[in-house]
Amino acid sequence: MASSRLFWASRAASYLKISVFHRGFSTVLKDLKYADTHEWVKIDGASAIVGITDHAQDHLGDVVYVELPEVGAAVTQGSSFGAVESVKATSDIISPISGKVVGVNEELNNSPGLVNSSPYEDGWIIKVEVSDANEAKTLMGADDYSKFCEEEDAKH
Amino acid sequence: MRGGGLWQLGQSISRRLAQADKKAVARRCFASEADLKKTVLYDFHVAHGAKMVPFAGWSMPIQYKDSIMDSTVNCRENGSLFDVSHMCGLSLKGKDCIPFLEKLVIADVATLAPGTGTLSVFTNEKGGAIDDSVITKVKDDHIYLVVNAGCRDKDLAHIEEHMKAFKAKGGDVSWHIHDERSLLALQGPLAAPALQHLTKEDLSKIYFSDFRIIDINGASCFLTRTGYTGEDGFEISVPSEHAVDLAKAILEKSEGKVRLTGLGARDSLRLEAGLCLYGNDMEQHITPVEAGLTWAIGKRRRAEGGFLGAEKILKQLEEGPKIRRAGFISSGPPARSHSEIQNDKGANIGEVTSGGFSPCLKKNIAMGYVKSGSHKAGTKVKILVRGKAYDGVVTKMPFVPTKYYKPS
Repeated sequence: MASSRLFWASRAASYLKISVFHRGFSTVLKDLKYADTHEWVKIDGASAIVGITDHAQDHLGDVVYVELPEVGAAVTQGSSFGAVESVKATSDIISPISGKVVGVNEELNNSPGLVNSSPYEDGWIIKVEVSDANEAKTLMGADDYSKFCEEEDAKH
Repeated sequence: MRGGGLWQLGQSISRRLAQADKKAVARRCFASEADLKKTVLYDFHVAHGAKMVPFAGWSMPIQYKDSIMDSTVNCRENGSLFDVSHMCGLSLKGKDCIPFLEKLVIADVATLAPGTGTLSVFTNEKGGAIDDSVITKVKDDHIYLVVNAGCRDKDLAHIEEHMKAFKAKGGDVSWHIHDERSLLALQGPLAAPALQHLTKEDLSKIYFSDFRIIDINGASCFLTRTGYTGEDGFEISVPSEHAVDLAKAILEKSEGKVRLTGLGARDSLRLEAGLCLYGNDMEQHITPVEAGLTWAIGKRRRAEGGFLGAEKILKQLEEGPKIRRAGFISSGPPARSHSEIQNDKGANIGEVTSGGFSPCLKKNIAMGYVKSGSHKAGTKVKILVRGKAYDGVVTKMPFVPTKYYKPS
């Protein structure tokens, strides 16, 4: 998971010996599952919606471009399917779940800032037909994810 | 994560605004942060919510509470105050300081009027750029110049080596490194009105590239009407014990409209203004001609040469350089440094050296080097980002019109 955006930032920060302070008011939603690479997935039966978390968008700053996959593309848990660009940063988006892309948020082509203003609603990124629902068990719940973010911040 | 670098890092982490017990966190995890040099404004930055990052051996603010987007736009609409004390101010003194300096730079220093300056380049034997620098003639036996923080050691060693040889032959030159001073850059439309409150000198008589030693807010300052944003503005070298008071006074006199601005927005601003960042857009192997700085080679210098690498540079002027720096506007994701540039047939013609999203134009802008012939405005190119080719077009720089204060 070396390509995770925040893992990268933290690691770089650690390498460069920068202090990174905990911000601590990012929103986390109860009914979602979270990856340690800061994507969320909302699973409803065999279909799932994927986006990046409030914590992630907050760290990235103003999102100016979202690179979306094609509908029909396969995504794999732990692999990159697209990218988010902010004024100065480029970050991969890692899929929290495997399956087939059945929809992409076309709104982001014209309004990439939705990822900042509404990371869990209007700023969703892809819809996936889930191939293995068991994968969700490897993801974090809301409480664990909040704790994970706190720990990650405190570490650096 | 692809294409790491300071700016990416800064932006990724900079939104974590300081909170809670900063000092405890710092003590616990970052004992070695002490290795970084701090400007006298360090505590002032932290108190204003700055996100500090390492830059050229210094702990510098990359961003304050505003986003880089807002901060960039505010500079052009109102104004920005930057702490650039990490940069190295240097005075060369002595009756031969001009002939000495002219061996090292491409500028026609002799012809500069006292109290004026110019952007110039230190060259090496091969005509490549050692650094860029704003050089000011204070008077005939005193030159003041500012070099990049990241090039300080290299530049000083280079100057010192040549100074020894020059003095050995009887030349009269000495230097003073202004480590007792701090450097503030005040930029944007409110720069002059805000600063006018703090000095009795009539700033309307001081034009772009002019230099004065004047009293500002009770301290004797070196004032240069210059900057790195494309806006009107000043760089103020102030005795370090007066730097915090001056910063406070400037913010106060602008009624909060001039905001503290970090290196993140500074990079967006200089890119919009088409200005080179040494280390990205200019390097040891790039000549001033290739970098599009031919205008900075004085007419007399073109005729006489006499600076390091002159032979190669003058030959290039005659024959034309093989590569040139050009600006680009592109579709799709912003191009970043090292993105490949292709012609419309898909052949490689060069590489991006700086790129990003322009907060003021709301477009992707970039600069880079392409083969001569492909550098003309309007030329269609492809820029590769993550393996995909996106349409781009060579665009005249500056991307955002400059607003230097010149006599009308």
